[in-house]
Amino acid sequence: MSDTKNWNRRDVMKAGAAFAAAGAAPMFFTKDAWAAKDFMNNPSNSSTVTLGFNVPQTGAYADEGADELRAFKLAVKHLNGEGDGGMMNTMKPSMLKGNGILGKKVAYVTGDTQTKSDAARASAKRMIEKDGVIMFSGGSSSGVAIAVQGLAQEMGVVFMAGLTHSNDTTGKDKRRYGFRHFFNAKMSGSALGPVLKERMGTDRNAYHLTADYTWGWTQEQSIKETTEGLGWNTAKAVKTPVGAGDFSQYITPILNSGADTLILNHYGKDMINSLTQAVQFGLRDKQVNGKDFQIIVPLYSRLMAQGAGENLKGILGTTNWNWALTDNGSQAFVKSFGSEYGFPPSQAAHTCYVQTLLYANACEMAGTFYPPEVIKQLEGFNFDGMGNGKTEYRAADHQCFKDVLVVEGNQNPSSQFDLLKIVKEVPRSQVEYDASIFGGDLGPYEV
Amino acid sequence: MNFTKTRSDLTVMLIFSIAVLTMPIWLAPIGAGYPDLLQKFAIFGIFAIGYNILFGLTGYLSFGHAAFLGIGSYTAVWSFKLLTMNVLPAIFFAVLMAGLFAALIGFVSLRRSGIYFSILTLAFAQMSYNLAYSVLTPITNGETGLQLTLQDARIFDGPAGEGLPSTELFGISMSGYSGFYFCAVVLIIAFFLSLKIFRSPFGMKLQAIKSNQTRMKYTGFNTRPYLMTAFIISGMYAGLAGGLMAVTDPLAGAERMQWTASGEVVLMTILGGVGTLFGPLLGVGIIKYFENIFSAVNEAALHNFFSFLPGFLENLMVTIITPFVGEGWHLTLGVLFMVIVIFLPGGIMEGLDRIKKRYKTEGASEQTGDKE
Repeated sequence: MSDTKNWNRRDVMKAGAAFAAAGAAPMFFTKDAWAAKDFMNNPSNSSTVTLGFNVPQTGAYADEGADELRAFKLAVKHLNGEGDGGMMNTMKPSMLKGNGILGKKVAYVTGDTQTKSDAARASAKRMIEKDGVIMFSGGSSSGVAIAVQGLAQEMGVVFMAGLTHSNDTTGKDKRRYGFRHFFNAKMSGSALGPVLKERMGTDRNAYHLTADYTWGWTQEQSIKETTEGLGWNTAKAVKTPVGAGDFSQYITPILNSGADTLILNHYGKDMINSLTQAVQFGLRDKQVNGKDFQIIVPLYSRLMAQGAGENLKGILGTTNWNWALTDNGSQAFVKSFGSEYGFPPSQAAHTCYVQTLLYANACEMAGTFYPPEVIKQLEGFNFDGMGNGKTEYRAADHQCFKDVLVVEGNQNPSSQFDLLKIVKEVPRSQVEYDASIFGGDLGPYEV
Repeated sequence: MNFTKTRSDLTVMLIFSIAVLTMPIWLAPIGAGYPDLLQKFAIFGIFAIGYNILFGLTGYLSFGHAAFLGIGSYTAVWSFKLLTMNVLPAIFFAVLMAGLFAALIGFVSLRRSGIYFSILTLAFAQMSYNLAYSVLTPITNGETGLQLTLQDARIFDGPAGEGLPSTELFGISMSGYSGFYFCAVVLIIAFFLSLKIFRSPFGMKLQAIKSNQTRMKYTGFNTRPYLMTAFIISGMYAGLAGGLMAVTDPLAGAERMQWTASGEVVLMTILGGVGTLFGPLLGVGIIKYFENIFSAVNEAALHNFFSFLPGFLENLMVTIITPFVGEGWHLTLGVLFMVIVIFLPGGIMEGLDRIKKRYKTEGASEQTGDKE
């Protein structure tokens, strides 16, 4: 602790300043204590503006987190006018100039969510209270995304969600200060439906293994709705803990359940483990009810495909984006990501990169960092050239609507990254739904 | 312990209170002077002080204290959901509920001692965790965590305005610095109670249990009631800490009850010094500082820090240090823990005592020198 005897003048001055700051601070955190246009972490006269990137660096989703962080760093580079500019050149409409955001150089801080709500909120609070971030982003778990989105609303700092696929994020738990570019379970279900019907018919008996949290629950529900709509029966739905590691105790019962289709509502390392084990148990070689046993992974990512290897061949799923897309935006992004890191980006990287640019662009359009104005610019924003075709940020629930990709594990990959084959690009009109079906309330602009 | 014996309790309390309340000032230079971390210091301080009453005084190593922390959090959030956003009922019920569960778990676990006691408490905590995580999802909302919603009853607060309400103490918002000062005051009270327990005949009996329980039984003491009381008190401390966590951030997740969380408080106590008054607090400070500050240091920050060195040296230093910061903070903590357990079995407090002794003997020899 401090030694009071040896204080020199500078220390006393510092302490005095800190005292004054500590004294004034409660006023900062009290509503309406300051003039109307002042807000949390206003960068006013500072020459830089800080963004926070809060991703899982440890735990079941660490691979996705690492790739998200790469994308964030790349986005910051491009915003500051370094590198080749990536999707800044293809984004339409765009007001980004490559001189930071509103002329302020972009700096960033990082944090580890540990895929835990508590840790993620602590890390986000550090970014907001200590590092003074004006916006924070990240994700890879919907539970975490929903937890920090609530925090974003409380603190009045915009949260641009990274990879989160639960319906709840922009459904019953939506918030005015939270935005999601990524697609969701409902859209996965709508996109998969026709392909499943075509490939597997209308008479199947499905068994679900579901990650036991908000994302797993809503995905199970959405996929069930779709498959039962096709006429499939649901044999059983079993919830498994996140990060279980060993799924054999959940897989053995499937063999005797009479099910002929396994739907894995798992993600990240969980999905790699459960799929690998399901294949090792010989599920895919089985014949049930006179049909080949099939496995479906509704939410796919290339990082998972890399982990699961051979086992993934021919397995169907959906994805938000794939590096093999040939539009200008995707190609520009793959090129600059590839030249920076030496391999193509994942869908998690893509969505995080896009979110960062979208936020920066909204600030430019609003001409201010004042969150309510920035939010109003993002709401209902129509854009193109970001890899998913024409996209809209729906104002009613802050969900982006765009085409969804149905993919399958590539039978003959030409490289270690060419693992997913695009089966179908499902147009946006087929995956749209009414914003009111999930309930929820965005809450106020001013907090 | 020398430190506390030589000064009166009043002075100790005074110094402690000043040190706690001025934390925003003296922690600012090392980057820890922001509300959320300060709140965590105070809250986990309470948790560790309470844990130390059981582990430090009686020597009973509980591996399941996180269960009480979680129970406190869930109770507090439910109080916010059903009753009112005022924090006092939330804290009251959190402590009460944790106390009840402690009585229940203690009643069973305290039939055994040593490693069997540890395993029993671990089993109970893991059961609580799994209940919260999946079985009791309607009450705990599973892995997503229990949060406030606009539809909550809040029968004493009347109709909700626009947006979610925040926790308050008669109108004072409990987030930011005001939340910290509230936790700090509770920490000071909790510390005072712990000091009184350490000094009381009851505390003496607990220490007697630690040194030789069999001998104590031969002298005619029934040790069970004392153990039970110590266990319940430390459970209530944990509940209080859990309640405060919900007060500063109205959300409760099952991971608060996981065995790693129980292990954390054991680490904190051992790191600082088991059975000492201040040790657990030092342990809390170090672990929480590592978790929040070290984990956020990235390569860019390191380059910035070493930028005064010539290019190749800078890169070398960054390469050496990178594995130990950021996501590698666990590694640093592990190394530190090993070093302390091997060289200072009594924790940091032992280290401080040794330094003090050396200083004293040097001072003494100087004095004799002056006289000549």
